[in-house]
Amino acid sequence: MRVAENLNAALHAVLEADPSAYVIGEDITDPYGGAFKITKGLSSRFPDRVLGTPISESGITGLAAGLALCGDAAIVEIMFGDFVALAFDQIVNFAAKSVSMYGSHVPMRMVVRCPSGGGRGYGPTHSQSLQKHFVGVPGLSVYEMSPLHDNRVVLEEMLAAGRPAVFFEDKVLYTRRMHDVGDLFLHDHLAGSGGTAGAARVFLEDPEAADCVIIAPGGMVERAVGAMRRLLLEQEVSCTLVVPSRLHPFDVEPLLPSLRRARAVLVAEESTAGGTWGSEVAHRIHAHLWRDLRRPVTLVHSADSVIPTALHLERSVLVQESTIHDAVLEALRD
Amino acid sequence: MTEPSVALAGSTLPAGDDLDLLLLIRHFELALLDLFGRGELNGTTHTCLGQEYVPVALRGLLGEADHVFSNHRGHGHYLARFQDPAGLLAEIMGREGAVCRGVGGSQHILRDRYVSTGVQGESLPVATGVALHLKRTSPGALACVFIGDGTWGEGAVYEALNLAALWRLPLLVVVEHNGIAQSTPTTRQMSGTVRARAQAFGARHHGVETSDVAAIRRELAPLVSEVRFEGRPLVVEFATHRLGPHSKGDDTRPPEVVRQAEANDWYRRYAEADPARFGAADRAQRERVAAVVAEVAARPPAGWDPCA
Repeated sequence: MRVAENLNAALHAVLEADPSAYVIGEDITDPYGGAFKITKGLSSRFPDRVLGTPISESGITGLAAGLALCGDAAIVEIMFGDFVALAFDQIVNFAAKSVSMYGSHVPMRMVVRCPSGGGRGYGPTHSQSLQKHFVGVPGLSVYEMSPLHDNRVVLEEMLAAGRPAVFFEDKVLYTRRMHDVGDLFLHDHLAGSGGTAGAARVFLEDPEAADCVIIAPGGMVERAVGAMRRLLLEQEVSCTLVVPSRLHPFDVEPLLPSLRRARAVLVAEESTAGGTWGSEVAHRIHAHLWRDLRRPVTLVHSADSVIPTALHLERSVLVQESTIHDAVLEALRD
Repeated sequence: MTEPSVALAGSTLPAGDDLDLLLLIRHFELALLDLFGRGELNGTTHTCLGQEYVPVALRGLLGEADHVFSNHRGHGHYLARFQDPAGLLAEIMGREGAVCRGVGGSQHILRDRYVSTGVQGESLPVATGVALHLKRTSPGALACVFIGDGTWGEGAVYEALNLAALWRLPLLVVVEHNGIAQSTPTTRQMSGTVRARAQAFGARHHGVETSDVAAIRRELAPLVSEVRFEGRPLVVEFATHRLGPHSKGDDTRPPEVVRQAEANDWYRRYAEADPARFGAADRAQRERVAAVVAEVAARPPAGWDPCA
């Protein structure tokens, strides 16, 4: 099953199970079914609760918050995650704040879906990974779609938490197969980390015994696994990849035993440089393990640059398989 | 465009409970300015002096099933809904018994179906979501949003109006057009009119020129009913006056502008129209608020755990 099909099935399941659930967004109704076809079939089955909207990201995100305030569950599709900047006020100053600013817990069942990331030549305003801008907002969770996490479980977790979540979905991932980590590696889930769905792990034999641990969200899995394969076959370096579903709040404690044993720890993400999610994760790890680590956590991210459109230029800016590969070797050098 | 003017209300005083509520809000706001002056309040606040009659008139048109969205200048809206000066003052003073445990303060309050937020225009899209919910689950109920003339500078207002008109949502937008956005006169921040803006979206518009509570209700009752049952959003624009500063001690208006606002104030008119009845009601509410201030100020601080 492709990731897009898994996500589509998850949305069907949420709407079917919860008569108070809505899916809202631009061009999401049939026959178009959304810019990335993720909402295909939803409006035909649930015409009253799958609503195609005007091009008004702030308006529809606020509308979703209003539904959530009334106890409904609202899932908003932002056509390109870049446009979530237009809804920043509604997410940060209203939806997330409402959870606690009125002095008692106000449950807000609301998910803002953001197809994100580059690699498709869409250029500077349709290729970004804006996760970092939502890290550390009180009352707000940040999740990222992964080929190793069933989207139904993740969606249900986000809605059950009773606080708004921004869900980043790497666009390239839509076309990939679920649970595909190649023929060399195994994968499992580490309970209690990265949301109740747990962080997924990709490893050779023993996830707790690797030269290097790479922590990376779902959009990086293909590139990270590619790098791990080359490192193993060409350098005999073993890596464990940890893929959290929930990026923030991030549960670092369950990872500590394996991090303590590794010779190098990396955090890899597609975000451009500066104030990254990885720097937050690294800080948390340093606070726990400063005396045990051989060297500081290595941050792998895209360049401090806009994301160009031309294929060769885009590649020069975004994190590639080779970026991770080289960063692991560098981290293990000394 | 011209400065809004409030036509003189008749010499008839509002009914007893309406007059009491008008005076409760007036004395509550005056008490807040006094507390600020004495350094007993933390942060800031925005009083609705001069505009008290707007929520008082509307309370006769709104029911418990209706949601009300207030804004930064919301004390009158809250008191008209709940008549709970002690809970509100405790919120503003951070004392035990505060409506929102002292977290929200003057401009962030949630109680039952009443919610206020401090960012201009933010509540309109939220209200459309609430209106959508109401249309589906409790037909006949509406979402009422209080905004000012300055709020029309925000794009969210237009996104929400478009959605509300397009989807025929029961949305009532109450514009308290007091002619000034913080320190900027409307003539320097708005091109065109509120009426034309509403009409551009196919929303109905109605201007209110009087401050007579009973007359306002008579005018608006059939229109509000249309909002409830025909799903046609309504923008009601009150030509009103802000007597006091935007927040506290920050009034840069020329004296003649403030004098004009005072000349239109319902308080003075009603006092002159029926000194005996007004005087008694005025005294009662002043004393009521004074007692609330004394009682709330003596309470222990509000408790709240940020990590709970």
